[in-house]
Amino acid sequence: MEEQRVGTVNGQEPTIVAFFCTWCTYTAADLAGTSRMKYPPNVRIIRVMCSGRVDPQFVVEAFAQGADGVLIGGCHPGDCHYVEGNYKALRRIALLKRVLRTMGIEDERLRLEWISASEGDKVARVISEMVGAVRRLGRLDLPAKRRGWDAEVLPHGGPTEALAAAAAPDGR
Amino acid sequence: MSNPTKPQVAFYWCASCGGCEEAVVDLADGVLAVVDAVDIVFWPVALDFKRSDVEARPDGSIAVAFVNGAIRTSEQEEMAHMLRRKAQFLIAFGACSHLGGIPGLANLWDRESVLRGSYSEAPSVVNPEGTLPQESWQEDGRRVTLPAFRDTVRTLDQVVEVDYYIPGCPPTPKLLMDAVQAILSGALPPRGSVLAPDIALCDQCHLKATKPDRLLLASFKRPHQVLIDPETCLLSQGLLCLGPATRAGCEALCPHGNMPCTGCFGPTSRVHDVGAKLVSAVGSAFDASSPDAIEAVLSTIPDPVGTFYRYSLPASRLRRKVSQAAPAEAAQ
Repeated sequence: MEEQRVGTVNGQEPTIVAFFCTWCTYTAADLAGTSRMKYPPNVRIIRVMCSGRVDPQFVVEAFAQGADGVLIGGCHPGDCHYVEGNYKALRRIALLKRVLRTMGIEDERLRLEWISASEGDKVARVISEMVGAVRRLGRLDLPAKRRGWDAEVLPHGGPTEALAAAAAPDGR
Repeated sequence: MSNPTKPQVAFYWCASCGGCEEAVVDLADGVLAVVDAVDIVFWPVALDFKRSDVEARPDGSIAVAFVNGAIRTSEQEEMAHMLRRKAQFLIAFGACSHLGGIPGLANLWDRESVLRGSYSEAPSVVNPEGTLPQESWQEDGRRVTLPAFRDTVRTLDQVVEVDYYIPGCPPTPKLLMDAVQAILSGALPPRGSVLAPDIALCDQCHLKATKPDRLLLASFKRPHQVLIDPETCLLSQGLLCLGPATRAGCEALCPHGNMPCTGCFGPTSRVHDVGAKLVSAVGSAFDASSPDAIEAVLSTIPDPVGTFYRYSLPASRLRRKVSQAAPAEAAQ
């Protein structure tokens, strides 16, 4: 887990992980595709049932595994298929942004947008804007940062093989 | 003198407050049963054994080493490596070695700002020359050295492999007793387990029956801002009780004393990042739908990182603050 990397176009290009709600924003991304609209190839879209399904742990995990930005797309207020999932997302992302800000992760790296199924053009615009904003900030690249932080300590120490075998309870 | 027929046990402390040592002393009469069953060969806070005494022992000769405290200095790191070699079981004892603990909140700063803050900028410090601790210093022909102070605070398992974890700030005497008995009898769960129930604290809380199915709070309150009703779920009173996201095992000591849980046992095994999980839970627990109304409610939580990651910042998925600048929000 620790060393997995979210795919990049090349080592220097930023990667945006996008969580799109299946009812609105994912359908809009489909529309953007079938309408042959262009947007930067830096985004990796993950379809979720609702923006309210996006556990803040998903966002933190995306950053921890090397995402430079995280985009969440949901239905416009009042349009949620599950009535209030998008409001839940709004409250969570507002709080998560404060946490991330304290941890030194800029606001522009996390964006929540309401994009309805008919707004393919908005998908293309938001992705282009976000890739531009993240490119201006530079890579976050937490896996590389972790390697840098760990340069100050000795290699991770485990028991010798004989000790590990002796310590393992029977049958495990 | 050490008795070769009894299992040998070591205790060590790293970046900690001494509360975990107190938990051992709090065994009270129970400590006699422990001393009867084991031979304590290293315990700097209580017994006069030296590092060289432990170094002289063969690898793997100590049955169990309990290490409390986070890893902040090169000395703590070396001791962790040495005890790992000498001990068959290495146990992370207490919140600091399990998750980073309170000292782990220093991961919101870096080495330089911590040293400057403590030795030069603190209002109670007079240090006109701005002298900071040095790892090596020559004076009158003698050289004195100090361990290196690391940039990042680490959990014990970020430095060496850990066999079991005993959670808590500090662990309760009962958890320590249960762990010692489990180790002595060999009735142990899979390696890497936390030796406490894998359920949420609410399940052990006497106020559980009064916890509503759905919370719709208008604001969050800190304990000094509210007259607490001891018969009602603290969360439903607007207090940010972390019971729903915290592992059981303490038998709800703090809620019993009318204080909300602050999460010292860490999360259950299903949670990957306790702070993010709490963001999720808090986001579902209040009633606001416009950005302004949401900000108004959230402003009643003055320090989200210090609240949600109080004992676990080094163990979080982000581990530490990314840039080198002082944190604006946490510094207030």
